[in-house]
Amino acid sequence: MSNEGVIYRISGPVVTATGMKAAMYDVVRVGEEGLMGEVIELHGDKAVIQVYEDTSGIRPGEPVLNTQETLSVSLGPGLLTQIYDGIQRPLPTLEEEMGVFITRGVDADAFDLEKIWTFEPQVAVGDSVVGGQVIGHVQETETIVHKIMVPPTVSGVVKSIESGDFNVTQTVCVLDNGTEMQMMQKWPVRTPRPFQQKYAPETPLITGMRILDFLFPLAKGGAAGIPGPFGSGKTVTQQSLAKYSDAQLVVYIGCGERGNEMTEVLDEFPHLIDPNTGKPLMERTVMIANTSNMPVAAREASVYTGITIAEYFRDMGYDVALMADSTSRWAEAMREISSRLEEMPGEEGYPAYLSSRIAEFYERAGRVETLNGDDGSVTVIGAVSPPGGDISEPVSQGTLRIVKVFWGLDAGLARQRHFPAINWLNSYSLYPQSLDQWFRDNIAQDFPEIRTQISGLLQIESELQEIVQLVGSDALPTDQQLTLEVARMIREFFLQQNGFHEVDAYCDIHLQYQMAKAILSFQEAAKSAMAGGALLNDVVNVPARSDLMRGRFEKGYIDIIDGMVKKMTDEIAETVEEN
Amino acid sequence: MTGKEYRTITDVKGPLVFLNKTEPVAFGEIVTLRLSNGTIKNGQVLDTSDDLVIVQVFEGTSKIDRESGVTFMGDVFKLPVSTDLVGRILDGAGRPRDGGPEIVAEEKADIIGAAINPYSRQSPNDFIQTGVSAIDLCTSLVRGQKLPIFSASGLPHNDIALQIARQAKLKDSDEEFIVVFCAMGITAEEYNFFRSDLERTGALENAVLFVNLADDPAVERIITPRLALTAAEYLAFEKDYHVLVIYTDMTNYCDALRQIGAAREEVPGRRGYPGYMYTDLAMLYERAGIIKNKKGSITQFPILTMPGDDITHPIPDLSGYITEGQIVISRELHQQGIYPPINVLPSLSRLMGSCIGEKTTREDHKSVSDQMYAAYAQGRELRGLVAIVGEDALNERDKQLLDFSGVFEDKFLRQTRDEDRSIEETLDLCWNLMSAIDTKYLVRLDQKWIDKYHPDNRA
Repeated sequence: MSNEGVIYRISGPVVTATGMKAAMYDVVRVGEEGLMGEVIELHGDKAVIQVYEDTSGIRPGEPVLNTQETLSVSLGPGLLTQIYDGIQRPLPTLEEEMGVFITRGVDADAFDLEKIWTFEPQVAVGDSVVGGQVIGHVQETETIVHKIMVPPTVSGVVKSIESGDFNVTQTVCVLDNGTEMQMMQKWPVRTPRPFQQKYAPETPLITGMRILDFLFPLAKGGAAGIPGPFGSGKTVTQQSLAKYSDAQLVVYIGCGERGNEMTEVLDEFPHLIDPNTGKPLMERTVMIANTSNMPVAAREASVYTGITIAEYFRDMGYDVALMADSTSRWAEAMREISSRLEEMPGEEGYPAYLSSRIAEFYERAGRVETLNGDDGSVTVIGAVSPPGGDISEPVSQGTLRIVKVFWGLDAGLARQRHFPAINWLNSYSLYPQSLDQWFRDNIAQDFPEIRTQISGLLQIESELQEIVQLVGSDALPTDQQLTLEVARMIREFFLQQNGFHEVDAYCDIHLQYQMAKAILSFQEAAKSAMAGGALLNDVVNVPARSDLMRGRFEKGYIDIIDGMVKKMTDEIAETVEEN
Repeated sequence: MTGKEYRTITDVKGPLVFLNKTEPVAFGEIVTLRLSNGTIKNGQVLDTSDDLVIVQVFEGTSKIDRESGVTFMGDVFKLPVSTDLVGRILDGAGRPRDGGPEIVAEEKADIIGAAINPYSRQSPNDFIQTGVSAIDLCTSLVRGQKLPIFSASGLPHNDIALQIARQAKLKDSDEEFIVVFCAMGITAEEYNFFRSDLERTGALENAVLFVNLADDPAVERIITPRLALTAAEYLAFEKDYHVLVIYTDMTNYCDALRQIGAAREEVPGRRGYPGYMYTDLAMLYERAGIIKNKKGSITQFPILTMPGDDITHPIPDLSGYITEGQIVISRELHQQGIYPPINVLPSLSRLMGSCIGEKTTREDHKSVSDQMYAAYAQGRELRGLVAIVGEDALNERDKQLLDFSGVFEDKFLRQTRDEDRSIEETLDLCWNLMSAIDTKYLVRLDQKWIDKYHPDNRA
């Protein structure tokens, strides 16, 4: 058999070819127009292909060509600041080639192959190098040094190495065994890139969102799921994470979501400044946009494209964060393809392998020792869109079984305009034990204890609220009324955060700690004042407390918060004398 | 290949016809069927292979037998488009329904429609004033947005849609919208209501109507919105018009989708709807927007009725995940005799933030909107408490908020079907209503707006 076959059947994005030599996951070119596809099933001499572009108008009998390669991404300088579709075609190039509507049959290089980069060698002639080792540096953007690595499967002794200006396809290094290396390499998306070993995560990914960092921290190299019904703020949360988290690189996958939302990100990111480096956010970002009406098979591929790019930067020793919004759309793409293949369905029509695919994907997160001996990580944050907000469905459940952090978005909170609408009662993080030492060493010795106190107060509040629903708050004893006030302060002052406010959108972790302490100071001061006969109403209404609470919208809050807390406790102490 | 007629039908099942022994047939190709009694029907290829071709028949398969002739037309479904479309009424398959001549095509456009490259889109940020206070204040509509009405049977969603179509305009501009109206499985009575209203106001001359009624073939409904959107895209992106697409009722569309899925023996997703319904709906809803360097725009106003008033039903649920917000119609408010019965609490406009404020509406819009929403939400919650403990148990603040919730519905929501309130009128009305609440309870209002707009300070 040859590499060429003919189309036998077409059913939506699934095409069957006969007479072609094929192996699983080979990339093929379908029809006269050469549409890109991937072999996903073999039956005798029939190969079933999922096609990444629209198939209308294609006929049985048209040719199919097997490229004998697997679906791969191009990796090299030029990746950063790009925006790709699901199969790594840059959207600006597609616009040039086919206009504002995405048609089909256009191939595009993942980045400019002619662009000249300055290559600084890091090894010398005679050095022996192994797969994954860094052989040179390229300053790709102001903030990111792109490290050129030996492809994982290659090793040898350096016979010659260049220095100076080259494009990504020119040879910069030759080994004694004749292997020539360029700055660009390829890697198949469905195969995780190798590393030496996985470490336990012990550093938190600081996001600047109080409820996440303080109550439900995520580790660098960890995995988190954000399930929530529509309108609960998944996308806003994901975008905030992409903007403010202290990862060195961000890969943002818009998977089957709204076109206008991607446009917003594209408009906004180039103007935003990374709070951690002071440089434009775009310089550390790679974006993948496969909106809901773009071909469904490419949507299936988009998460693999994204995570492979993330792993590549991890291998350079960077901390990479990957946001996938939304993994439910990815799962639906799998379901659609599966049903076209007439596979026996599992739950709700999803394929039986759904949960193992989800697990495999999240398992590509992690903090690793790279082949070069550096420490790098990929943190994965996946949004989930459960139908009707009911997380008993297969995608949510498959995700929750594997991730260690669950940020549960709540429609009720969103309706009360409490943002971020993350439910503090049912969300969880399993990382605190491994991260507490970091918090003790870097923020404050008593950080974990303060966290426990805060979450304890919220827990008590929820129990008290049940009583209040029945009898009203006036019927409670004053100490419990105070607890309710303190909890309200936690919710309104600490948990609520305005993602669109220029100051409040990002909260330094040290400041988070001080704000939490301020709340506990209020509780202490109020308790002792009330023991001395002060009225709850007077204690709650001291002017300095509302100044303190409003202060978080001001720049330089961290410098004045101590003074404001002092003023508040003084005023509260004075309320004793008034009575 | 056009012209060759096959008589090789093997099976007919629901809306589907199976035939074999054809020459290669393209996926998505259109098909003409000639019945033995001379009737002509149209269809489209859903699945094609060397051995078997599956055709979905738009007009239903009644009277099709194994003797019927099938001709493949050699092309995918295309709509003849030209500016002549404006002012016309077409049926659900794009044929004239108003007795007028065939549309003379300036070009023929593929009705499936390609996705707009996200990189080529322009962020929508022009505020559309609908003249309906609840929408303008709380769920502001933006040009290029897709904002559905989530309604239920027996509610006046049609009146609201028409009122919006009539009154919608850019603030301080007379630029009008071209309305593309797409009816899917609605009753003749509803259709007449729409048509006569458009006629009465003269809007019909600036409208294109695609009409598939309840007794028209259900399968045809799959293509009707695609025709409407193809016409809309042509008018917006080729001819620079601002187009407002109203389609009703999405629920009928989804049911037709389910019918085809069932006939194909596909594995169903939730409640029997096909697993690809999300993608399918996205292929419609995502055809809204604005494109860089093009003057026109498409704003979508889909109407769907929630079966059993259930917002978690797959149709509203999947729609909500795609559209940029929703306007929810409340049965409770309707029964209290309030028009428009819009429940602002679950309603949302995701693009609102980018279109309101000093430059577009008024500087206090956001602040007022937040405060009105919060006060109403609290007032509504208190109604529940009052039912248990009685009104006397409330403190002063709660009493004021409780009263406000009634005023909100009676004075703010309520307006007549032809009352067109400007955004300034709406905001001033809000200030008047809020003045019944003690200023110290209005915590979401910025002090500077209180100083400037509160009636006490204006007098």
